[in-house]
Amino acid sequence: MENHDFELPVKELVEQLDKARALQQETGGDMGKSIKELERTLQKVRKELYSKLSPWQRVQLSRHPQRPYSLAYIQAITNGQWLELHGDRGVKDDKAMIGGWGKIDGQSVMLIGHQKGINTKMRQYRNFGMPNPEGYRKALRLMKMAERFNRPVVTFIDTPGAFPGIEAEERGQGEAIARNLFEMSILRVPILCFILGEGASGGALGIGVGDKVYMLENTWYSVISPESCSSILWRSWNYKEQAAEALKLTPQDMLKNKLIDEIVEEPLGGAHTDPEESFRRVKDVIVKALPKLQALDPDRRVEERIKKFAQMGVVAE
Amino acid sequence: MGWFKRSKEGITTDTKDKRETPEGLWYKCPRCKVITSMEDHERNLWVCPNCEMHEKINAHEYFSFLFDEGVYEEFDAGMKSKDPLKFTDTKPYAARYEATVKKTGLNDAISTAEGLMNGRPVVIAAMNFNFIGGSMGSVVGEKIARSIQRSLEKRIPLIIISKSGGARMMEAAFSLMQMAKTSAGLAVLSKNGIPYVSLLTDPTTGGVTASFAMLGDINVAEPGALIGFAGPRVVKETIGKDLPEGFQTSEFLLEHGFLDLISDRKDLKERIGFFLDCALDREAAKPVSRKRTLTPKIADR
Repeated sequence: MENHDFELPVKELVEQLDKARALQQETGGDMGKSIKELERTLQKVRKELYSKLSPWQRVQLSRHPQRPYSLAYIQAITNGQWLELHGDRGVKDDKAMIGGWGKIDGQSVMLIGHQKGINTKMRQYRNFGMPNPEGYRKALRLMKMAERFNRPVVTFIDTPGAFPGIEAEERGQGEAIARNLFEMSILRVPILCFILGEGASGGALGIGVGDKVYMLENTWYSVISPESCSSILWRSWNYKEQAAEALKLTPQDMLKNKLIDEIVEEPLGGAHTDPEESFRRVKDVIVKALPKLQALDPDRRVEERIKKFAQMGVVAE
Repeated sequence: MGWFKRSKEGITTDTKDKRETPEGLWYKCPRCKVITSMEDHERNLWVCPNCEMHEKINAHEYFSFLFDEGVYEEFDAGMKSKDPLKFTDTKPYAARYEATVKKTGLNDAISTAEGLMNGRPVVIAAMNFNFIGGSMGSVVGEKIARSIQRSLEKRIPLIIISKSGGARMMEAAFSLMQMAKTSAGLAVLSKNGIPYVSLLTDPTTGGVTASFAMLGDINVAEPGALIGFAGPRVVKETIGKDLPEGFQTSEFLLEHGFLDLISDRKDLKERIGFFLDCALDREAAKPVSRKRTLTPKIADR
């Protein structure tokens, strides 16, 4: 398991524990007491460390290379009952945006998400989770299909941003995102959105207008990444920690400012330390939230969704 | 015999380029360097008579020639940002904000007004680029939302004039959510069959392009404007080479299908007015004055 610098105390303890366990197996000696002691210390250190992460440390965790991505969540939540669909019907199939039909405890749901690659080769294939306009248009096509068949939509957000390339501009990256905001706000079926990792700006919001928006515990969501913010406002890349602080991009801040609806707790140490548990928690949230939203009249649901976003913003008069 | 020898013969800069012009009397075009009197420049709607460069102008300048006789009622003029995040970079946002208010005499990067255009009541929301790069924070979002509301209640058309570097970083996620807020409002307006004209002017980028600026029933741009999602510098860094000529200009966007038309500033009122007449199926309130087609022939461009 890869670790960040700030996780070193945990890493050391885990190594000690592994050694003690190995020693016990090898020698058959009784290490039970020291193993128990180590386990207790590890739990304590973990709790302490992860309960007071700085915003920048949370950003680092959100990008942990072993963190599960959208496809892993979808596979687990649908228990493999999932049919991926491709293409925007205009230009091509965007590999950074995935989507399709799935069954969650027997209920049909349209699942859509950004997808990052799991290794170097796949990261390139997935364009590092940065969609082109056709990705957003594919997502919209699938959402409209869900609306046609009166099925709910669940989106998974994890992107460093919409791709800023020449072709993306030629094919209207701005228009593609704008169209999704417009259409999602009036889509007549329930929409749930989960920030699984990085929620960078318009690229994230492009599939993020929902009745309920959730952030996993170790994620961030803002108008710009701390690095880019540092480079623009401080004119140097070296102020990312301060930028992360200033942007108030953690789930706690976002909830406090009423810009998201709920936080989904992760296993201690991050989603990657126990992916199965993370999948289970996200599924629980979906299964609990959908019936309540489905009970509402579509007009009322759309009205409330629009009202929620209309209330975001603080002005003085 | 002098002590120094001039290596290049003569003074190469034209006299007209060197002369310092007194503030407020003359306008020197930054592109072709031709000088016009400020009076003529204003009469020409801040467009260079020589090279037709459209100077960046603020909301009140647009109001002055789009509304009939320059008469309009501004609303929500006093609205200001509250700095909800107490944001500080190299200096506090609150201080930066107050300094900008003082310098520009404006309260934020947008002004909104209602008045008659060709005899028809319309709401116009227009951005002020010299207010923190025309960036969109809570005030821009809220004033657009209220303009939409006013259009809805009175069932009158809405025109938004975009001129913005994008989201206002110092309002972080609040700024981001203005994209959803404005787009959702426009969706309601659209459902109610009220026309919305988006006018994109130099420059329109970032979160503004990725929300209300691209959502017009018709998208109109002034010539030569920079329009895009990612800024040219970011795109250049991404691809690691120089950008093609004309990339992200109005003409580029028209060619790629994201604009309905490009219009010179002097024709905006007539052409937008014509669209509104057609959309609302009414006779033109005022007869079209000049004998001229509304869409110039290819040779005219």
